[in-house]
Amino acid sequence: MSRALVRDEGVAKKKTVKDSIFYGGIGVLAGLTLVSLVTIIGFILIKGLPNIDIAFLTEDPKAMGKEGGIFSIIIGTIYVTAVAIIIALPIGTAAAIYFSEYAKGGKGVKIIRFFTEVLAGIPSIIFGLFGFSFFVVFLGLGWSVLSGGLTLSLMVLPTLIRATEESLKTVPVSYREGSLSLGATKWQTIVKVILPCCKSGILTGLILGIGRAIGETAAVMLTIGGSLRVAASLFDSTRTMALHLYMLASEGFSEEKTYATAALLIIIVMLINMAANMVTSKVGKVEK
Amino acid sequence: MKSSEKIIEKLILTSAIVAAVSVALITIFIFQSGLPVLSEYGLLNFIFGETWKPTNGVYGILPLIVGTLSVTLGALIIGIPTGISCAIFLTEILPPKAAKLFQSAIELLAGIPSVAYGFFGLVVLVPAIRNFIVPLAQRINPDINPTGFSVLAGAIILAIMILPTIVSMSQNAIVSVPVEFREASLALGASKRETISKVILPAAKSGIFSSIILGMGRAIGETMAVLLITGNMPKMPGNPLDSAATLTGTIAMEMSYAGPTHQQALFAIGIILFVIIMLLNIIAQLMMKRLGGASQ
Repeated sequence: MSRALVRDEGVAKKKTVKDSIFYGGIGVLAGLTLVSLVTIIGFILIKGLPNIDIAFLTEDPKAMGKEGGIFSIIIGTIYVTAVAIIIALPIGTAAAIYFSEYAKGGKGVKIIRFFTEVLAGIPSIIFGLFGFSFFVVFLGLGWSVLSGGLTLSLMVLPTLIRATEESLKTVPVSYREGSLSLGATKWQTIVKVILPCCKSGILTGLILGIGRAIGETAAVMLTIGGSLRVAASLFDSTRTMALHLYMLASEGFSEEKTYATAALLIIIVMLINMAANMVTSKVGKVEK
Repeated sequence: MKSSEKIIEKLILTSAIVAAVSVALITIFIFQSGLPVLSEYGLLNFIFGETWKPTNGVYGILPLIVGTLSVTLGALIIGIPTGISCAIFLTEILPPKAAKLFQSAIELLAGIPSVAYGFFGLVVLVPAIRNFIVPLAQRINPDINPTGFSVLAGAIILAIMILPTIVSMSQNAIVSVPVEFREASLALGASKRETISKVILPAAKSGIFSSIILGMGRAIGETMAVLLITGNMPKMPGNPLDSAATLTGTIAMEMSYAGPTHQQALFAIGIILFVIIMLLNIIAQLMMKRLGGASQ
């Protein structure tokens, strides 16, 4: 009896060793992930936040960004992002409506959908090269707010289409049938019944698209020029915060301004992602 | 009424085509701008040429390809076990509430702009490698690159950047393993660990594999982070502490001052990059389709 007990303990012990290596390994690696997240965000915020003040936000940069603030760059970021969203939002929403309401699943639709997926996978530097050769040179728009905005609009399009389509899918078929049977046309059904149900899906896509546009650097680098002045028109060169961060970091101009720009960029992007999450979870609750 | 609906329908169809048309335009413009150099120089000379000296008109991108591949390989070596561990941790070990928190942390990682990762690498990781790892390595090999701008730095940052892709897709694959598999394994007396490693992971392997391929695509296509931390030296890296130039980093850095032929050569790099990424994406999509077919 005592022998059996010993053997049992032996087996149990062997198992716990293997188990603890397995679970320990997983725990360590998952822990490392959390640690790196906290380190990256924490480090940039701790070094950057003390350098952000009202003057930094409201003054124009001086001496190539070594001194002064980043007011003109914040404006540049807003302009470029606004152009991108104004172009991509209607197209993305309409494309999602097509895929969910009109497409009948033929070969043509499959091809269009495949290429939409492909667009999402193209790396940003390729978008930059394309934006440069097509918008800047071929269409003659120059390094400008417009060239950058158009390039970014293509980049955020898949995000917008996906988010809108996902929420269109959640609208029950009975809504459509109800509306159609009351004599409404297909378009009336879409505008008055279906779209109002997925306002928050569209909003999520919109917010995520804005986040992507603000954080993007490589595509913008080859298309907007990088001027530090406030752009007076769509055809003026400008600079976004992400590009400014790259310029400052690679030139090693001013540590304070670089950390401050990085912290501001991260805060904005985090707020945007949080907003998107809040909208999404609200939708979940309403539907349940 | 009817005719206006027709017009609307046409408009909507047009919008749906925009994405596909853009892909076509992107392909046309990249190829058109890059092909002259490729045809003049010869595709094989371009790809297997061992010297990249654009100022002397020598365009061989093998060092850039090797640079990209070594940084990517390093990122995968670190990122795959970490990503899969996180996915297991999320789905099998953490209680749902904690899992939700952990998941939003990983989503946060996905939202950080790549230039911010690069900046962090530049001010933290590169000096850390220079001050802690280089002195150790110098004991073995005194000629080692002492700057800290290295393949290793690029690989670590890229590994963190591709984690969200690997974690979320592997997680989906693990969740979609039928409950019966799990129950059957446990009922046969297997422990939880055995069930995870011998039943669930093998059942989820095609999803996990496609997540790895997509992560690889992200690592190859990533620009800003590697640009700031790999050193951008277009020579073959001999060890992880050597500096390296990548395909993407070279395009981004040299476009600003390139002359006409040099610019065409950079577009030709774009072609190569484009083709690699397309192939990876198509492979991943095919694998996911197969996965979808299997689970239905």
